Amino acid sequence: MIRTEEMTISMGPQHPATHGVLRFIVKTDGEVLHEVKSDIGYLHRSMEKIAEKVGYIGFQPYTDRLDYVCAMTCNHAYALAVEKLAGITVPERAEYLRIIAAELNRISSHLIMVGVTAMDIGAFTPFIHAIRERETVNDLFEMLCGARLTYNYVRIGGVSFDAPAGFKEKCVEFLDHLEPIIDEFNRLISFNKIFVKRLAGVGVISREDAIGYNLVGPNLRGSGVKWDLRRDMPYSAYPRLEFNVLVGTGEAGKVGDCFDRYMIRIREMIESCKIIRQALSLMPSGDTMAKIPRRIKPPAGEVYMRCESARGDIGFYIVSDGTERPYRLKMRTGSFTAMSIVEKIAPGLMVADLVAFVSSMDVVAPEVDR
Amino acid sequence: MLNDKLKYLEEFKPQAGDAWFIVPIDKIAEACKTLRDEYKFDCLSCLTGTDRGEFLEVVYHIFSYQTKETVVLKVKLDKTALAVPTISGIWPSANWMEREAYDLLGISFTDHPDLRRIMLPDDWVGFPLRKDYKEPEEYRGMSTKLC
Repeated sequence: MIRTEEMTISMGPQHPATHGVLRFIVKTDGEVLHEVKSDIGYLHRSMEKIAEKVGYIGFQPYTDRLDYVCAMTCNHAYALAVEKLAGITVPERAEYLRIIAAELNRISSHLIMVGVTAMDIGAFTPFIHAIRERETVNDLFEMLCGARLTYNYVRIGGVSFDAPAGFKEKCVEFLDHLEPIIDEFNRLISFNKIFVKRLAGVGVISREDAIGYNLVGPNLRGSGVKWDLRRDMPYSAYPRLEFNVLVGTGEAGKVGDCFDRYMIRIREMIESCKIIRQALSLMPSGDTMAKIPRRIKPPAGEVYMRCESARGDIGFYIVSDGTERPYRLKMRTGSFTAMSIVEKIAPGLMVADLVAFVSSMDVVAPEVDR
Repeated sequence: MLNDKLKYLEEFKPQAGDAWFIVPIDKIAEACKTLRDEYKFDCLSCLTGTDRGEFLEVVYHIFSYQTKETVVLKVKLDKTALAVPTISGIWPSANWMEREAYDLLGISFTDHPDLRRIMLPDDWVGFPLRKDYKEPEEYRGMSTKLC
């Protein structure tokens, strides 16, 4: 006799298609999911407690480990929060270098996302193509600061090093190379019929849910909310740069499906190229570091600063008591809220669609757990 | 502006950074609902807590995509009665953020649908983000010391 009861499967924590160490406890009826519970915390390092011990300057390298796929924007978000609290003004050249670094990192992070999404649903070749391009971004970062993954480049008050001779030319050369490559990538995978069928109409998130669950960045824009912190609550030198904010249109299925979230990232890479070109041409000469005291002691108070990372709005809430160590530091990250919506959207999907759904959210495990 | 309708809000302005409103414990759910329904605050951007020594506070950063404004609410909790009504029915994002505040600070949210630890294992002892937290010597027979 065939048994037809529900089956409970533990997916992860070491599953090849979960991004980092994540676990889902899924109840299935055959291939269809009935209930999904996410189990997180495997990478919890209590960074918020560490911040209370190591002080404002000492915490800067830890922000790299918050989201290693897009470390520059984490550096940037933290530096912005401390600067706002301590009233530090950053030199103009440093602002542009920060933007160039952040946008290059956004490109490399989105390359990982589009490559990994294809790999997770069964197409391995595009991943290799994406990683090849990312390698050049890593080379550029190595020129800037010597590191290829955890940069610690954006510091409180500016950036650690000025761009070396030849950086601008190398950067432009990469952009000239990347823009046609994205078209090639689209021909290779984005508009492949099987690929589109795996993503279109799957894991649809409505506009109300996206805002209610506090989704951010490309996931929010995928659901049709035209919102980008770089444009709507601008910081750094973004007001002087022109770029488009892209939203999901449901071109292959419904607004807010996996394909929309995927395409947003493909197109944001082109926008980032535009931003970098403008920043390179507008960048003035001058200092790259403000004169800051050896020990930063912001006045007593608190600040909540948000910054647009590749995974969306990342928020730093810092409480100062006037000493050189933060009294309380909280990091509110996009991956955490993206994981919380899985339980709501997943029931009714197929098991294989859960994999596509999670990779379309571009979740990075250390950012979930902190 | 908010004080007109929500008379119990008490505004504070520190020397640096953002201002905030103190809300009485029993009014927090009502205040959040009014903010959402009448002032277009559609998104709970951040929910967390701080150990202030004698008392704990819960901090709510509420944001509006329509007016681009952020309002900061705070609830003061006595250390002997660490319970505050949940707002997970108002903004679903509060569900996990309240679980995190419970896990790391030991703040209990009454009527929360699923109040469990989220980052730490279920049998962990203590709340790490409290100022008086002592790290346990060992966990399930494993030493927590580095050397």
